[in-house]
Amino acid sequence: MQLIWDSLPIILLGARSTVSITLIAVTLGCVIGLFAGIARLARNRAVRLLATAYVDFFRGTPLLVQIFMVYFGLPQVADSFQHYLMATFSIPQIWQSTHINPFPAAIISTSLNSGAYIAEIFRAGVQSIERGQMEAARSLGMTHAQAMRFVILPQAFKRVIPPLGNEFVAMLKDTSLLSVIGFEEMARRGQMLIALTYKPFQIWTTVALIYLLMTFVISRFVDYLERRLKTGDDHR
Amino acid sequence: MMITVRDLHKQFGKLEVLKGISCTVAESEVVVVIGPSGSGKSTFLRCLNMLETPTSGEVVVDGVSLTAPGTDLNRVRQEMGMVFQRFNLFPHKTALENVTLALLKVRRMKREEADAIGHALLAKVGLADKAHVYPDHLSGGQQQRVAIARALAMKPKVMLFDEPTSSLDPEMVGEVLAVMKDLAREGMTMVVVTHEMGFAREVGDRVLFMDEGRIIEEGTPEQLFEHPRHERTQSFLGKILYSRRLQ
Ligand SMILES: Nc1ncnc2c1ncn2[C@@H]1O[C@H](COP(=O)(O)OP(=O)(O)OP(=O)(O)O)[C@@H](O)[C@H]1O
Ligand SMILES: [Mg+2]
Repeated sequence: MQLIWDSLPIILLGARSTVSITLIAVTLGCVIGLFAGIARLARNRAVRLLATAYVDFFRGTPLLVQIFMVYFGLPQVADSFQHYLMATFSIPQIWQSTHINPFPAAIISTSLNSGAYIAEIFRAGVQSIERGQMEAARSLGMTHAQAMRFVILPQAFKRVIPPLGNEFVAMLKDTSLLSVIGFEEMARRGQMLIALTYKPFQIWTTVALIYLLMTFVISRFVDYLERRLKTGDDHR
Repeated sequence: MMITVRDLHKQFGKLEVLKGISCTVAESEVVVVIGPSGSGKSTFLRCLNMLETPTSGEVVVDGVSLTAPGTDLNRVRQEMGMVFQRFNLFPHKTALENVTLALLKVRRMKREEADAIGHALLAKVGLADKAHVYPDHLSGGQQQRVAIARALAMKPKVMLFDEPTSSLDPEMVGEVLAVMKDLAREGMTMVVVTHEMGFAREVGDRVLFMDEGRIIEEGTPEQLFEHPRHERTQSFLGKILYSRRLQ
């Protein structure tokens, strides 16, 4: 018990990183997802294909592999790119380092991943709005973009809050994968503590309970929002 | 002519819904379109403001060809109001906001100016006291009147109505028709898909009977309702009158 008590501050430090990286991932994911989700519905075929390729890739491959691609793959690509630049334009070397820090790698991989899932959430949200809404807006002379912005999206936003909450919970758990690149979120802190204490059961149980507490609180909050929005439809 | 339609065709995949429609609508004329379900009435109406792109043929509104390439359809649609069977009010906006949205965003009018127009139009359709109410809290008839006010806000030259009363409870049909009759008397050019015979007789200048993607017969309401020449018109009118009597 004393052990758990002593390790708690370190685990909670990790919990803070877990929450921060999840917030960053889902926030950036919302921005990416909004554009990608709308692009998935674009009339232009090339735009649609590009967005679909992005969404399919990041939903169809494991997050762990995506994290590796960014952490180990990206620096390699950057170096090759630099060699290409140096060779073709005969310019001096611009950057030295051939590695990316865990924190930016964590941000890039998780937001790209989250963006793909959120794109689908937004697409479904937009498509759930009755066709007549777009038609009514267009019949008033609004452009497609105006109709989206002032009529469709405000209605869709309400409907995507519950699935966005689910995405947040899923991402909160999945950020534990970032431990493999040494990003010091909660699972990584747990590993480090075990290396010190040799008490895996106690440490992992504590870590698990804190994850559970966080996901529980978020789920309840989303439920509450959902209920409020439902009644909000009738009584504003 | 306010509207001229020449040999309009519309195909959905293999299904040919409009098989060559030609007609004209004069300024201030009220044209009523009737016909059996699936005959293409809605599709025809939606081709008039290009919510549906015709497969071939020409639509000219107030001298502007909508089917010519490069026409600014958003511009044209501002001049053509449309009222839908299911109202299609914006549920996240109050009655007043529904009416003013296009004024603010499309016409880029100042809020006070737009609100003044909005209040005036709501008063015109008898809903001055409902300005700040959301559509969910309005009856069907009230919602449809807001929808009419919303369409009128852009000061359209033409109003298109697609069965505006057919999803209303019977006791609410009258209030919507009354608003439409007022509009007709004020000289609005209107194309109305409806099976409300009373309305057609009272304010309709001409009735078009559509069947299977064609205009089979047209004439004044008296001609068409009292002495339909075509056999399909007769059988259709017979069915309508019969079902009316049952109600
Ligand atoms: N977007 C669409 N895609 C495919 N088929 C369609 C589409 N819109 C309409 N149709 C078909 O076109 C035909 C005519 O439809 P339309 O809605 O114009 O008829 P209508 O005369 O308005 O009928 P109603 O009285 O039931 O409203 C129908 O067979 C319908 O199924
Ligand atoms: Mg119809």
